[in-house]
Amino acid sequence: MSAINPTLAAAPPRSLPANAFAAIAKHRVLATVLFFAIFPWLMPYQSLAINILIYGLFAVGFNLLFGYTGLLSFGHAAFLGVGAYTAGILIAQYQMPWWAAVPAAIVAGCVVALVMGLLAIRTRGIYFAMVTLALSQCVYFLIYQLPASGGENGLRGVNVAEVSLFGLKLNLLDPLQKYYFVFAFVALALWLLSRILASPFGGAIEAVRENEARARACGFDIERTKLLAFVLSAAFCALAGALNAIHLSSVPIETLHYATSGMVVMLCLLGGMGTYFGPFVGAALFLLIQDLASGWTEHWQLVVGAVFVFVVLFFPNGVWGTFLQKVSHDR
Amino acid sequence: MELTFDLVALQLFTGLALGAIYVLLAVGLSLIFGMLTVVNFAHGAFFMVGAYVGLFAAEKTGSFWLALVIAPMVVAAFGMACERWLIRPLYGRGIDYPLLLTFGLSYMLVEGVRIVWGKSGLPFDTPELLQGATNLGFADFPTYRLFVIAVVAVLLFVLWLLIERTSFGLIVRAGARDPVIVRVLGVDVSRVWLLVFGVGTGIAALAGVLSAPLQGVSPEMGTSVLTVAFVVTVVGGMGSLMGAVVAGLLVGVVESMAVLIFPEAAKVSMFVIMAAVLLIRPQGLFGRAGLMA
Repeated sequence: MSAINPTLAAAPPRSLPANAFAAIAKHRVLATVLFFAIFPWLMPYQSLAINILIYGLFAVGFNLLFGYTGLLSFGHAAFLGVGAYTAGILIAQYQMPWWAAVPAAIVAGCVVALVMGLLAIRTRGIYFAMVTLALSQCVYFLIYQLPASGGENGLRGVNVAEVSLFGLKLNLLDPLQKYYFVFAFVALALWLLSRILASPFGGAIEAVRENEARARACGFDIERTKLLAFVLSAAFCALAGALNAIHLSSVPIETLHYATSGMVVMLCLLGGMGTYFGPFVGAALFLLIQDLASGWTEHWQLVVGAVFVFVVLFFPNGVWGTFLQKVSHDR
Repeated sequence: MELTFDLVALQLFTGLALGAIYVLLAVGLSLIFGMLTVVNFAHGAFFMVGAYVGLFAAEKTGSFWLALVIAPMVVAAFGMACERWLIRPLYGRGIDYPLLLTFGLSYMLVEGVRIVWGKSGLPFDTPELLQGATNLGFADFPTYRLFVIAVVAVLLFVLWLLIERTSFGLIVRAGARDPVIVRVLGVDVSRVWLLVFGVGTGIAALAGVLSAPLQGVSPEMGTSVLTVAFVVTVVGGMGSLMGAVVAGLLVGVVESMAVLIFPEAAKVSMFVIMAAVLLIRPQGLFGRAGLMA
């Protein structure tokens, strides 16, 4: 900022909170990981904390595509679902250990994303949302008919009771230990995301978002950049799916439903698209609203829809995005 | 099961009736998109609300025919209110925002219908006059499905007259090409947009009432239909009336043929068509390349 605006550079030294904030922004991975390390003690109950972590990760993956690359996909339920079903089927029916099932789920998510992406990226502009939605419905029907998936009843018996790695044993029946199991993956994913965003590729996807024609003129291969962003985004979502399968010990068929694709758009928008921490804020707010509203009325979807319409109309930067704007404005 | 000529012909007509409903949905979606560049994610919800309003009107008036007129008008008025108060503030803010807003709106509509009419589906009787079957010379065919095909054909003709032969249609066509120039020429584009949104949602409601006797009504009936409408629009080419007709009938016929030959693939068949079209002709069968780049 100060390099652009000379009057700001000459301004008196920043206030302490602004300085602290700059330090946090610089070490975003560390700050986020530290925050989530104490997060379970801030929540009313620990399974909510696990849900926020998993759906936050789902939204982080979606945000890479929507917030940073500027592509609105309405088919991300497919990646969450493929991740969950792959890990779930491997664990429940092939007795595979979790450390093999989770990477397999990520690979499966990437493969599905590659096929979907190759088709969807041939279209331009607003078609993208429609094509991704249609293709994810196709994935829904295919998995629904798959004998191993359990169809309407969903997949049951994804039991991982104990995890041990390098002599460290975690009992996943204990919610707090399960939280830290999920936390380890999320921390790794957040570090990876930060590396992606800071890399030249991170610059390229933002160039595509800001001005596709100019990015193309600069020599970027737009189609390949979009496809890679799509696949990477799906990898995060598939990981979230696999973790959710282990968390729930089952995979409900609703994971693949169109409403799940819509939900992740909502999480991202509510928190603030194109921000590093926003998706988690969105996930926390959404799950808390859902938790409160469902206790208050069985028609909680009406509340969710109304909040969504309100955010689109009046809060397009989301809660965290608006907060960031305020902070950078005060500086 | 043996594939006889009669059976194939019967299934072909079933597919055409199914496709006729798809055509109506895609035409409304395409019309709204062509003019307003709004992808209406609430299109399926308007379809569902139309079916429920039709059910309500048919119960109150005792006439299916009145319901067929009342439901589209009520939903069109409601759609116009949505355009005026919810979507209009978002013009100029990027193409994703109206889409997201209509998505949120669809949540509210589905839940609103659940509150008013309950969560479970309701039956919708076929009007007496259209019950039974009609002999088409080679096979007996359900009269109501023939009626659906006829209504859609008439409506498409009227729509074609409206768009190609009236001064309002001229503005619509010009507005789809370049709204700025149309505005410079002194046309109040926002009023045209309001009307087009009303017409589009009204057609969706009509499709809802027409399909209600075939499948009954339920709050979720709009979701699967939205996907179909998207597939048809992508296959036909966005903003093309002809494309919507051809693609809608194609998807309907292929789906009902797949039921006959390979039932497991019926639900997936339309996505195969879409994938093929995207690979060979990404702008759709009748779409202009470069439109909405």
